[in-house]
Amino acid sequence: MSILRFEHVTYHYPHAQQPSLRDVSLDIAPGEFVVAAGLSASGKSTFLRAACGLVPHFYGGEFAGRVVTGGLDTRDHGPGALAAVAGTLFQDPETQVVLSTVRAEIALPLENHGHGPSAVARGVEEAALALGIAELLERPTHELSGGELQRVALCAALAGRPQLVLLDEPTSQLDPVAGDELVWLLRRLNEEWGTAIVLVEHRLERCLGAADRVIAFEGGAVACDDSPRGFLEWSAEHVPALSTPGARLFARAGLRPPPAGVKEARATLRAHGLLADPVTPAAQSVDHAPPRPARRLRRRAPSGPPPALAFHDVWHERSGGRTVLRGLNLMLAPGERVALMGRNGAGKSTLLRHANGLLEPTRGRVQSSGRVALLLQNPNDYFLADRVGDELDAEGLEDRGLAAVADRHPRDLSGGERQRLALGIVCGGDAPPAALCLDEPTRGMDRAAKGDLAASLRAVAAAGSAVLVATHDPEFAAVVAERVVLLADGRTIADGPVGELLTGGWYFATETARIVDGALLPEDGAELLRKRMTVEVEP
Amino acid sequence: MILRAHRASASASPLHAARAPVAAAYAIALVVAVLAFEHPLALVALGVAILGAGVLAGAGPTLARAALFAIPFALVIALINPLAVREGLTVVLRFGELGPLGQIDITAEALTFGAILGLRALLVMLAGGALIAATVDADEVLQRFRRISSRSALTAALAVRLVPVLGRDARRLADARRCRPGAARKPGPAERLQIVRAVATGALDRALDVAATLEVRGYATPGATRGARRLREPWSRHDIAFAASALGLVVLAGGARLTGVARFEAYPRTLAPVGLAEIVLAVALVLVALAPFADRRGVQR
Repeated sequence: MSILRFEHVTYHYPHAQQPSLRDVSLDIAPGEFVVAAGLSASGKSTFLRAACGLVPHFYGGEFAGRVVTGGLDTRDHGPGALAAVAGTLFQDPETQVVLSTVRAEIALPLENHGHGPSAVARGVEEAALALGIAELLERPTHELSGGELQRVALCAALAGRPQLVLLDEPTSQLDPVAGDELVWLLRRLNEEWGTAIVLVEHRLERCLGAADRVIAFEGGAVACDDSPRGFLEWSAEHVPALSTPGARLFARAGLRPPPAGVKEARATLRAHGLLADPVTPAAQSVDHAPPRPARRLRRRAPSGPPPALAFHDVWHERSGGRTVLRGLNLMLAPGERVALMGRNGAGKSTLLRHANGLLEPTRGRVQSSGRVALLLQNPNDYFLADRVGDELDAEGLEDRGLAAVADRHPRDLSGGERQRLALGIVCGGDAPPAALCLDEPTRGMDRAAKGDLAASLRAVAAAGSAVLVATHDPEFAAVVAERVVLLADGRTIADGPVGELLTGGWYFATETARIVDGALLPEDGAELLRKRMTVEVEP
Repeated sequence: MILRAHRASASASPLHAARAPVAAAYAIALVVAVLAFEHPLALVALGVAILGAGVLAGAGPTLARAALFAIPFALVIALINPLAVREGLTVVLRFGELGPLGQIDITAEALTFGAILGLRALLVMLAGGALIAATVDADEVLQRFRRISSRSALTAALAVRLVPVLGRDARRLADARRCRPGAARKPGPAERLQIVRAVATGALDRALDVAATLEVRGYATPGATRGARRLREPWSRHDIAFAASALGLVVLAGGARLTGVARFEAYPRTLAPVGLAEIVLAVALVLVALAPFADRRGVQR
């Protein structure tokens, strides 16, 4: 008996030339934790939509084959009926919450499935307690942050205790702490309630450790269906962009098998004698010193050229609301690349909005040596014309590699192309900006697109502009930045080189740093491991 | 968007404490009364009642913001009437022959009636829009409405949810526009139009997303209407008081129409007698509308 079965499913969206699902056949057993992986537009989200019945009932198109969800054939049962057995959560929390209070939102699916008032009340309380959002129950939904909205939407999807939960990048708006918490919460629900989980995720390093199985899609077809370890071996050979940093670390160091998570990686290294035993002081002193705690910041003004962007004692106190920034000082030199990190609500977006004048400090001042370009979270917000060529001049399109798509509608571009177009729009003008600020630019991007964006940002910095990127993604921060600023509650709590800030921590650290103390990227970690291996074989 | 689609849960007032259908009925009764009268004294009394209800319900700022939007519309109505209507005997301004429009004379009667129409439009927008938005629990109304028509309730829920989503989209687009090199700090009419157009273009996608969410939450399933039934709640003092007030307003309006109290004639000469009956009616309208606010016991729901 399977909780989800696909039998030779092929599906075309209306007017699409290529199928989004191509002869997909698979079975998911009750209680399995499955991660669906793949590059952008590989068919992962369509797979989820077919599982919950939105394909074809809601989206239309041509559908062939059979999907059975929780024993219900999706050809005969619509999404509403399937919702009784499968909870679904999509990527954008703004459109995931439909009622005005959190309690009403969580109660909605229970009421919809005919539960009585006392069962609804109990279900709401239990689901809220399970997700740790009981304190939000009486809050109006329009007051919630993106992360809170995402947790409320997940709570609503889980409230009816469905046998299957389908999630499309639920961590994309969450900080590393909340993202890890969400994945482990799913694992707990999976283990304690026996709920089958199907999770679509780009940041595989975050969830493979919790998964039983990975299904990888390529061009709408299932390209790999294996254990996390088997998937990593397959991806190393076929789609390296899907490899996790841990797997790349092991591959570069010549170690096998690729690890599905930090715990597994460290166990393998320990078994090979390549990991310092944390309880042995001698081992610590021989191998390396523990990472230095991050410096508390009050950076002195550099004596060289004037800063590209500087925040002097900046406060932002909302009228009748909370204080978002508290006397923040930060200085960026021309050409410097800085990652801004911190939990949801730490003040990152507010700080960026001060950088280019979208917000004015209530105290303090912001100074820049020229124009500050700001790329907000959603590149679609920058598109006002119906034609790419009307958004950016020919030279700008050429620079961004978009000349070939000049006649297309901006919203018809791929995610990476839209990001490049938006970047071209904000960086346009006669002179390059003194500073370029980006707010969560990698949301929903696969690793290949992130790599392209990182290369673009390094080129912008090389041309003399300071780059300030607010991100929840330590892997991206490690690749793009040379310095990391950690915010908490509107204050800078740490500021230092990326190799110092993103190593030695639990959450604000790359996967490589969590596996090999003192290393940041797989290349560094592999080098360190190779050195240790050399030491091991020395007489 | 000035009018919030959802009431503030933090507000605690007798009107918030009443069940949603009763609170909605109260606001609708105010609208019905406004539409029933053309007499200026009665309309002023109803204006006092609506503003008083807003203030006593803690929705004064919401009404004030709504008024900023509604007043220009009311002024347009007030100005169009004297230009469009060729009735009334007291000519105050002669424009003569204006091409295809013919003879245009502005009369005092048309000006007066234009002002009355504008005032009525303003009061309808305040009572039927802002007061309801600020004090009636939209979720509760939709839940109850689903028992009658689940598909209509689905459409209404979609619309209610879409309004704040599109409002936020518009704000983000406006912010993004300001991030363009050389963009003015405040958008001009052309830029505003571009933003509205972009929001409208994206509205269908947004509506699809929200509708998909409602689908996967099982909103349109047959069990939904069964689930919409709630425990039979006893009527609270505030339910009774506001229901009685709504009924009283309708009775006063109907009674006045039947008995000819607060009679008003716009043309050919403005006729709006003010006697004891009209004064008593005006006072009664205000008292009946605001009396339920006197009892603040148990206002936290």
